[in-house]
Amino acid sequence: MLILTCPYCGVAADETELAPGGQAHLTRQGPGADSAAFEAYLFHRKNPKGVHFERWRHAHGCGKWFHAARDTVTLQVFGTYPAQSLTPPDTILKAIAATYPGFEWEGEA
Amino acid sequence: MSTTRYSAFAVAREATRYHSGWGRAWRSPAPKSHYDVIVVGAGGHGLATAYYLGRTFGMRNVAVIEKGWLGGGNTGRNTTIIRSNYLQDPSAAIYEKARGLYEDLSQELNMNVMFSPRGVMMLAQTEHAVRGYLRTAQANALQGIATEFIGPDRVKQLCPIMNIEGPRYPVLGALWQPRGGTARHDAVAWGYARGCSAMGIDILQQCEVTAIRQKAGQVTGIETTKGAITCGKLAIVVAGHSGVLADMAGFRLPVESVALQALVSEPIKPCMDVVVMANTVHGYMSQSDKGEMVIGGGADGFNNYTQRGSFQHIEETVRALIETFPMISRLKMLRQWGGIVDMTGDRSPIISKTPLGGCFINCGWGTGGFKAIPGSGWAMAQMVARGDPGPLAAPFGLDRFAQGRFIDESVAAGVAH
Ligand SMILES: Cc1cc2nc3c(=O)[nH]c(=O)nc-3n(C[C@H](O)[C@H](O)[C@H](O)COP(=O)(O)OP(=O)(O)OC[C@H]3O[C@@H](n4cnc5c(N)ncnc54)[C@H](O)[C@@H]3O)c2cc1C
Ligand SMILES: [Zn+2]
Repeated sequence: MLILTCPYCGVAADETELAPGGQAHLTRQGPGADSAAFEAYLFHRKNPKGVHFERWRHAHGCGKWFHAARDTVTLQVFGTYPAQSLTPPDTILKAIAATYPGFEWEGEA
Repeated sequence: MSTTRYSAFAVAREATRYHSGWGRAWRSPAPKSHYDVIVVGAGGHGLATAYYLGRTFGMRNVAVIEKGWLGGGNTGRNTTIIRSNYLQDPSAAIYEKARGLYEDLSQELNMNVMFSPRGVMMLAQTEHAVRGYLRTAQANALQGIATEFIGPDRVKQLCPIMNIEGPRYPVLGALWQPRGGTARHDAVAWGYARGCSAMGIDILQQCEVTAIRQKAGQVTGIETTKGAITCGKLAIVVAGHSGVLADMAGFRLPVESVALQALVSEPIKPCMDVVVMANTVHGYMSQSDKGEMVIGGGADGFNNYTQRGSFQHIEETVRALIETFPMISRLKMLRQWGGIVDMTGDRSPIISKTPLGGCFINCGWGTGGFKAIPGSGWAMAQMVARGDPGPLAAPFGLDRFAQGRFIDESVAAGVAH
């Protein structure tokens, strides 16, 4: 079972305690955005086979949203971090580079 | 290589010579340098696309390219439920086209796909579900699809091993499609593969597509683990790996991949001759010809390429089915497996042109595309051959997301199927 540590309350939570929230770091489009950007924001997902930055909610715990970096093939967890982060912290990127040398974050979607 | 015709006579003939004369069902050729159409993915949908390209639309310089073995993806991992009792008209049209083709697919392919229209019932276990299924039954009547809403007594009569009295959710009725059922998944893939090969279409297995080549916005070919191949048109039909291929082609899809699992029990004597889906409690079950109870349930919620799935879903599914069928509580489960399913937001598939010229995609069948294989292959072949989608495929274009024109089936298919 997938286990993620909630960065807020520090609990190592089983996936049954968590609610998945999909791809993280999407640039939020609002009024005035062009249709293509709005469509991409609403629907288009990277859906990578490999490193995925994603949103989770500690639903049956402290209730907070947080971010995780995870490998969708091996289920390796590179770390979790607060949802307020606009970019993944260096510690997470280093953990990923240890498995995937040369890995670079592509930036917000 | 000529293809042996399968018949009772052939079985008798081979019995007299130790079955030495069957030959191979399909060729394993070396890749040519160019094909008019390359189909990526030899699952049911890819093979059916190639088959109807050759058979109905006269295109035979076609290859189907598969990274593993044909039918080894979701096509060989599914629980084989076939039904067409969907709510929305575009879905009803394509699923019913497929169900209709399944009716005589064994004759068409000269391969016994063991289509068994034993009837599918979807249980209503809340007042909300009753209203939903009554609405679907009305919609189906207008679409010309034979379904009916039946009461609990009829449910019990059709499936005596079911506990209709609870404990959590008593059965209040069911949406019943008497001509729904199951088929042999491997045979569907093999039958189409054999038919393709006999028409001169190449099936290239153990050959992974690693890059898509393009020039001035037009697809020109692919790179594979067996070398580069050029093509006039490219059809991407790779289910769970659609995001990976789209990335190679340079666009993104409204699709996310998650694991869906199934399990089968030890074989037991015949005890159930219909397919039952209990969407409220999240589980479904049928009995295979071998006697195994074939069981499925919910998909993982998070992006996942592991072909494995989380244990909690097995627990949830088994709990739901023990409530519904108390007699299975002592059964041992023999095998469990997972497949990577491609989920769209409206739970409807994508059969579409793409931002890359000459490149078409068929994906998003998610947890329920086995039932659609013949219809989807037919509609995809028509679009690839003409360059534009026909009436069956048109509603399923990628443009529906930008236009807010969803084909919402997430209610009709509350559970993985
Ligand atoms: C557990 C489970 C139960 C299900 N139950 C049902 C059911 O009861 N009824 C129903 O209707 N549907 C069901 N489904 C859904 C159904 O199985 C799928 O929708 C359907 O089989 C998809 O077929 P396909 O041909 O699109 O994909 P697949 O059969 O997955 O074929 C895609 C192929 O593409 C290949 N591929 C991927 N990447 C590459 C590459 N780079 N190069 C070359 N080849 C590549 C893969 O190896 C694979 O063979 C179920 C699915 C699962 C997992
Ligand atoms: Zn917490």
